[in-house]
Amino acid sequence: MTPQDPGSQSTQRPGTQSTQNPGAHSPQNPDTQGPGSRALVMARIRRALADVPRAETPDAVPVERTYHRVHGDRTPTETVDLLAEHLADYRAIVHRADAPSLPALIARLLADRGATSVAVPPGLPDSWLSAVPDAVRRVPDTAELTPHDLDAVSSVVTACAVAIAETGTVVLDAAPDQGRRRITLVPDHHICVIRVPDQVVDSVPEGLERLDPGRPLTWISGPSATSDIELDRVEGVHGPRTLEVILTGSPAGPETAGQS
Amino acid sequence: MSGTHQATYLGMPAFPAAADASTRNTQLRANLRHATHTIRAKRATAVAELDDWSPLRAAGAAIKDRTLRHLDHYLEQLESAVTAAGGHVHWAADADEANRIVTELVQATGEREVVKVKSMATQEIGLNGALATAGITAYETDLAELIVQLGDDLPSHILVPAIHRNRGEIRDIFAEKMAEWGRPAPEGLTDAPADLAEAARLHLREKFLNAKVGISGANFMVAETGTLVVVESEGNGRMCLTLPETLISVVGIEKVVPTFQDLEVFLQLLPRSSTAERMNPYTSTWTGTTDADGPRTFHLVLLDNGRTDTLADTVGRQALRCIRCSACLNVCPVYERAGGHAYGSAYPGPIGAILTPQLRGIQSELDASLPYASSLCGACYEVCPVAIDIPEVLVHLRERVVEGGPVSIRGTRTVIKPAKGHAAERAAMRAARWALDHPRVLRTGQRLASRTRRFHPRRLPGPGRAWSDTRELPKVPEESFRDWWQRTRGESGTEGRKTT
Repeated sequence: MTPQDPGSQSTQRPGTQSTQNPGAHSPQNPDTQGPGSRALVMARIRRALADVPRAETPDAVPVERTYHRVHGDRTPTETVDLLAEHLADYRAIVHRADAPSLPALIARLLADRGATSVAVPPGLPDSWLSAVPDAVRRVPDTAELTPHDLDAVSSVVTACAVAIAETGTVVLDAAPDQGRRRITLVPDHHICVIRVPDQVVDSVPEGLERLDPGRPLTWISGPSATSDIELDRVEGVHGPRTLEVILTGSPAGPETAGQS
Repeated sequence: MSGTHQATYLGMPAFPAAADASTRNTQLRANLRHATHTIRAKRATAVAELDDWSPLRAAGAAIKDRTLRHLDHYLEQLESAVTAAGGHVHWAADADEANRIVTELVQATGEREVVKVKSMATQEIGLNGALATAGITAYETDLAELIVQLGDDLPSHILVPAIHRNRGEIRDIFAEKMAEWGRPAPEGLTDAPADLAEAARLHLREKFLNAKVGISGANFMVAETGTLVVVESEGNGRMCLTLPETLISVVGIEKVVPTFQDLEVFLQLLPRSSTAERMNPYTSTWTGTTDADGPRTFHLVLLDNGRTDTLADTVGRQALRCIRCSACLNVCPVYERAGGHAYGSAYPGPIGAILTPQLRGIQSELDASLPYASSLCGACYEVCPVAIDIPEVLVHLRERVVEGGPVSIRGTRTVIKPAKGHAAERAAMRAARWALDHPRVLRTGQRLASRTRRFHPRRLPGPGRAWSDTRELPKVPEESFRDWWQRTRGESGTEGRKTT
């Protein structure tokens, strides 16, 4: 049964003193709200939580993390194989290349798609595009690049921050070898290079702990897809219709020097 | 443009009336049956892949409980972190205030059009309608939301809002309506899902490329870091979150989680529970603004709109754990037959049956009927990734409807009366209690009932009619059990059984 709060006196709890926040009012909209709403909602919350003992701290509410860090016991090779399998499950096209053959593979994948232009993150290792003919226009990722400019670009080549085997996910964190979020979104063909095994982790918890929340993160598991029409899966709605992933073996050669 | 900004559910009939109509729609029932059975089977497979589902689910529930019990603390932490990262935080006590804040923020940009990521919170507050009133056109960019918007329709499912439509209906909607909203559908559009998706891609791409303002919700907000998270499949979310210059996110205050690490639990629970995938195709996280990557201005509108009233109910509070995965809809026998529209809310299905009456209160006939939109079979609780005991809350809310009692309305504790229509039931129960407490009265009543049994109607008059419309009244026996016992055993009850 609901314990009652007979009065409605404010039940300010320890450690929750109100801090007025200068950002609470949008500078260009001084009239958007009075200071009242913040105080009102906070007061409602504190009244609603009258049943919570005043001395209780957030950490006093138990959260048992008895779930697994990793599902299964794998060698690094097995982890990479699982990543490849799960990426393919969601219709990403998976390739493997050692460091010397990587440039030729990238050039071939662009040619196979008839790419006439390719978006290039500023920190992409130069060697990666060294076998791509000059006829394929390089479009550097700059702040001036508009969405319309990008819409005319065929393909994009990036590195990644980390890849998660159990879910078949690559994560981009907008580092210089991956570029702004938009370049992997608007062009219809994304080639993403993963350095194996060092950029591959087994699980979501392992992936998350490698990432910096302060950076914008994009988790990608296969190409854009929808199941909105009778739950039939259709690939390629708004994002890239084709995601090609290259697992490239490390002996870390000079081509990985540009990694941040 | 037609008057398509229908976003409110005002005036919807109570659940029984709405369900009575929708269950007769055989097309709807076929669509829903196919959809719910497909996705529930897939989900079971995806969940079975993780042998620690149970501990993950327990951790998800515990993290949410920790957050809710200290919501003020985490919201203050979130506000500071978002502000420090360059965002602006606004507080909205109710739907009107949230709509006003967003409208003014859009007006300040000078823009008349916005692109939207599918968002339950903006559905809940009827944002599109409010923007339309101010002369601002909101374009839904999720394929299903687009179908709903073009069809001048309402969403009927949390995850797949146009699930009540089949491909033929969608083709017709696109062919007839796309031109009113922008790029027309291609000539000779077929009903193949791939063709329909391509038509949507072309129709929406021009909007994405030109959009200056994006509006979203969020699946999670991280208090510790000020990070917002949007989970999606199509890439329309990424378009709206990164291409416009201004991003406005409207998020319920219950969506906060304490730490970045906590996402490891929810990013495992949510995709497998909702789309039955190991991971959804795209997840975007952002923390305030980033130089030259994504919007230059970010506004976060924190929405109460009944959440604090829900928080005040220690039984009903657990509904705020909900991560909107929609697993409960797909297993619910009532949802499968009635469809989402019958619930008269942005939140249909079992979670809607407990969330809506708490967010809006149970004063209206519709809202008072929702806790009864269930067979209490418990399947919803079984699949819930954050272990919300939906049946428990349903029963609790039924008691509130019938008995009245203490609730919180817009932050004020008050005692509500029993809902209208339940007065007769209460009177009958009171009379029954009195009769059962007085054996002589009970015996007299039973004998009277037996003697008049030939005259009993098969249907009840007055307020009982609705109940007896669909049921046969039980026949009264010739003799009550008490009388039978008295006659056959009573005289010699203490002497042992005559027959032996």
